[in-house]
Amino acid sequence: MPKFVELWVYLSATPLFGLTATLVVYVLAQAVYARLNQAAWANPVLWSVVTLASLLTVTGVDYPTYFSGAQFIHFLLGPAVVALAWPLWERRVALRQHWHALLTAAVLGGFAASGSALLLGWAVGLPVDVVLSLAPKSVTAPVAMGIADKIGGIPALAAVFAVVTGMVGALSGKVLFGLLKIPTDKDGWMARGYALGTAAHGIGAARALQVNADAGAFAGLALGVQVVLASLLIPLAFHLF
Amino acid sequence: MQGLRGFAWLLAMQSLGELLSRGLNLPFPGPVIGMMLLLAVLQLPVVREPVAACANFLLSHLSLLFVPVGVGVMTHLGLLGQYGLRMMAVIVLSTWFGLVITVLLLRAFRGQRDA
Repeated sequence: MPKFVELWVYLSATPLFGLTATLVVYVLAQAVYARLNQAAWANPVLWSVVTLASLLTVTGVDYPTYFSGAQFIHFLLGPAVVALAWPLWERRVALRQHWHALLTAAVLGGFAASGSALLLGWAVGLPVDVVLSLAPKSVTAPVAMGIADKIGGIPALAAVFAVVTGMVGALSGKVLFGLLKIPTDKDGWMARGYALGTAAHGIGAARALQVNADAGAFAGLALGVQVVLASLLIPLAFHLF
Repeated sequence: MQGLRGFAWLLAMQSLGELLSRGLNLPFPGPVIGMMLLLAVLQLPVVREPVAACANFLLSHLSLLFVPVGVGVMTHLGLLGQYGLRMMAVIVLSTWFGLVITVLLLRAFRGQRDA
């Protein structure tokens, strides 16, 4: 058996391990999600994270070692943010037509999500740097990290908060919109998608995209708008107060 | 090849964005500036077709890209053990609040438009 142990020690330390594990686990989680008719609770991000974190804990591989491989996937977040120009461009007619409604909803919705997180975090007595890391939680993870860094939060924690926020939105959007009696016609899907993109960024948008094409496009649009607004307004708000 | 050319455009715009962000000390992160730059040049068909191919692929697998950071949760288990429940409550409530405000505002605007 020592031969096997040696091989494992080698494999688990190479970047190949983190990259392979991430991709294989995600592909499996995606397959299960499809098999379960894309039930919200079977969210592939949630289960991939849980599975990988458990796998690393059981095998004793530490996070930096894992990340040396997973960073190649993480890196793609940057180009993916740039790629958001595409859904924006595709919807430029709707954007020009409804820009005041969309912009107002994005500013106030983003403010509601961020402001309530700060207020609640402060009210329940979380440490200051943790509260500050909550501010950009409705923005896609890589941008949230940058904003948190600017305002004195913890970037890694902000990224985790953003991911959890996205999962909460993806998991509960359907029930919440149902309770509010938001219809499932074209207009209703647009509003649902836009809200998911605003409050639950990329993970909410990914969910919207799987459920309905209009919802997905408007979620992508909202995600792009939120990225621009939040990276401008959150540091500005903290600079002023 | 289209996809690869599109990826090159995305990376070029991101690099330009990073240069502008750092060089001019702008409040936007590099990729955000890159997105705005790309939006400006999408008018050109030469850019549009390759970018469409690559962007659609990348964005349809967007949720995969969050997995590596998500696994980072395990490095904050101490903080989570101490404040986990409170953090979770704050995140859930504020996310719901954001969703409700946004969706209701859009519905209200629609009502105004139809009236």
